[in-house]
Amino acid sequence: MAAVGSRKSGGWLTHVMVLLIIVIWTVPTFGLFVSSIRDKDQLSVSGWWTALTTNESNATGRAAPPSEQEEVDGKFVISGNLFEEGQRGSVVSFGTRVQQPNEFEAGQTADLGDGVTLTVAADGDYQLVSDTAFEGSRGQRIFYRAALPPRFTLENYREVLSSAGIGQSFINSLTVTIPATIIPILIAAYAAYALAWMKFPGRALLLSIVVGLLVVPLQMSLIPLLKLYNGFGEIFGVPAKTYLGIWIAHTGFGLPLAIYLLRNYISGLPREIMESARVDGATDFDIFVKIVLPLSLPALASFSIFQFLWVWNDLLVAIVFLGAQNDQLVLTARLVNLLGSRGSNWEILTASAFITILVPLVVFLSLQRFLIRGLLAGSVKG
Amino acid sequence: MTAVELSQVKKSFGAVDVIKGVDLNIEEGEFVVFVGPSGCGKSTLLRLIAGLEDITSGTMKIGGEVVNEVPPSKRGIAMVFQSYALYPHMSVYNNMAFGMKLARASKDEIDKRVKAAAEILQLTPYLNRLPRALSGGQRQRVAIGRAICRNPEVFLFDEPLSNLDAALRVATRIEIAKLHESMPSTTMIYVTHDQVEAMTLADRIVVLNAGRIEQVGSPMELYLHPDNLFVARFIGSPAMNTVPCTIDSGGASPRVSPVGHAPVAVEVDIPEGDKGKKGTFGVRPEDLVLATDGGEIFTGTVVIVEKLGEVTLIYVDCGAEEPVLAKLDGIVSIRKGDTVKLAAPAHTLHVFDAEGRAYRRRGD
Repeated sequence: MAAVGSRKSGGWLTHVMVLLIIVIWTVPTFGLFVSSIRDKDQLSVSGWWTALTTNESNATGRAAPPSEQEEVDGKFVISGNLFEEGQRGSVVSFGTRVQQPNEFEAGQTADLGDGVTLTVAADGDYQLVSDTAFEGSRGQRIFYRAALPPRFTLENYREVLSSAGIGQSFINSLTVTIPATIIPILIAAYAAYALAWMKFPGRALLLSIVVGLLVVPLQMSLIPLLKLYNGFGEIFGVPAKTYLGIWIAHTGFGLPLAIYLLRNYISGLPREIMESARVDGATDFDIFVKIVLPLSLPALASFSIFQFLWVWNDLLVAIVFLGAQNDQLVLTARLVNLLGSRGSNWEILTASAFITILVPLVVFLSLQRFLIRGLLAGSVKG
Repeated sequence: MTAVELSQVKKSFGAVDVIKGVDLNIEEGEFVVFVGPSGCGKSTLLRLIAGLEDITSGTMKIGGEVVNEVPPSKRGIAMVFQSYALYPHMSVYNNMAFGMKLARASKDEIDKRVKAAAEILQLTPYLNRLPRALSGGQRQRVAIGRAICRNPEVFLFDEPLSNLDAALRVATRIEIAKLHESMPSTTMIYVTHDQVEAMTLADRIVVLNAGRIEQVGSPMELYLHPDNLFVARFIGSPAMNTVPCTIDSGGASPRVSPVGHAPVAVEVDIPEGDKGKKGTFGVRPEDLVLATDGGEIFTGTVVIVEKLGEVTLIYVDCGAEEPVLAKLDGIVSIRKGDTVKLAAPAHTLHVFDAEGRAYRRRGD
């Protein structure tokens, strides 16, 4: 009974922890998403959690200039609407001084002196009436408090994808990431099989070198690697900063871990399966392709996710090995640029950030179905 | 015709000699069982024959050809592993067809052979299932089916039944015996540590100990005329009682004196010259009976009684280190603490010399 009890409480704790992790992970992501589809004006004045409620905020409008005045019944009238086209909302109160936007209720008529009166209706219609003709070139400023209903829009995304250059960078990032994920896996799977199951002299040494390379800091090798690459590039007449260069760099940085992870998994496959295949007449290549690869899907998938995320989120290697032109700037680098140039435009930043996390999300969700238990079930008696 | 021929085969892993020179001829169509205690090298010997391990020295011939350097797939063998070793991601059909597909056999040929093998092993309804959807016995049958499909000259079994439960083990054992009958020209080599499997299946048993062959012979030969003390104690269950003894006389009327007991007349060929030498006296538990009218060999106190219904095992303390074990027919009314006298017919007794070699028993 005691054992059952402790297992139960353990399960309960696990559930709470999982729930906590989900909340910690989901809430900011959701906030980011909500922010990215909110109207930019609302975004700048209130948090995302108020997105569904009507917001009251102070705003400034300007009546039409005197040139548009009309003479009606001997009075000069300037009329119009405070809200821009397409904007829904209502005016709560208004005033003519910045300190007092609440001076008059909506629908009241305000006496501005000199026989000038201002009426602002709740729907934003205003009417400026004067006995004498308005003069000057600029319209009367109106300070008002507006209640804006929640408004969601894809405008931010449209802007980000077209004018902010995120669209192009998105493609650049994919161009970097997909080959930089596939190439190391291809190489590492072969190497891992050889290191796990083929007998050849120096195997142990090779493996220990791979393990040793795991701890080499990327920053240390970055610049020597670039110089090396450029040196080779000069010989073959290849420009310094190319996609090929960053593919090779990411492959190199990813390989030790890939080989190590895959070797550990592959060497854990039951020996009898390989021997049985050898008796059946399979060569090493047959065993690798027909038995080891299908059985290694979980390991391949987890490394793919790992490598994809790392390359996708990488900034350092990208800015060293790729140029800063539009056709080579990756998403992370573009985000950094946006942070500098449009740091106050939250709608741009949130939309860009969300686009950036979208791809890893899709990759994870589509590959996680390979992370299955029991792939070896039924093969050998445990 | 000789199917498998081993001469002076040795195998070392680094400095450890696992197989220390084995000579063995296995005839075509023979069912040979390798038995021995754990770590005696029986599985290694099988893997050497399969080609999964390279032999360190010596010659190995299969079907008359030296196969020292020949890869497993070209040796005309098929192997059934203890752990089944099925390909978990392939259906039963593909598991059995894998080898033939690699050999680029035609689709019809593959289909024919897989279906035939499935028929023999009653696997036809399961051909499209994955191994994980099969029971243990079915999995082992798939493993055997995969071996049948290879149409081998030599079948190798590496403890194929040890992962099955008791009832299934008996059923599968009988299936393997039937399989052997249905393929009279196929040689089978079977490794096990289970005596019952060895005794029931084998044409010949090879008893291995510490990398050497102790004795090769038919099951009854090993049981009745063990060459040495090791085989005598290994074959037969429960194991033979052995007591140190002195040889009183040889020749026509041999007698020995087990230490602590009265002299016993035996029916073995002991040379006259061995008189006075030390040796070992052996008697199987099932040959011992309760002595009612004298002529007892052992007298002692019963320390343990195990009643199994058909037989009763009694452990009798006769003053030696190990109690003497007797296997008495039926249910016997003996209780712990009783004093019993045990006798055995003279022709059932074994005597071994100081090196553990058996003196040849007369008769049988």
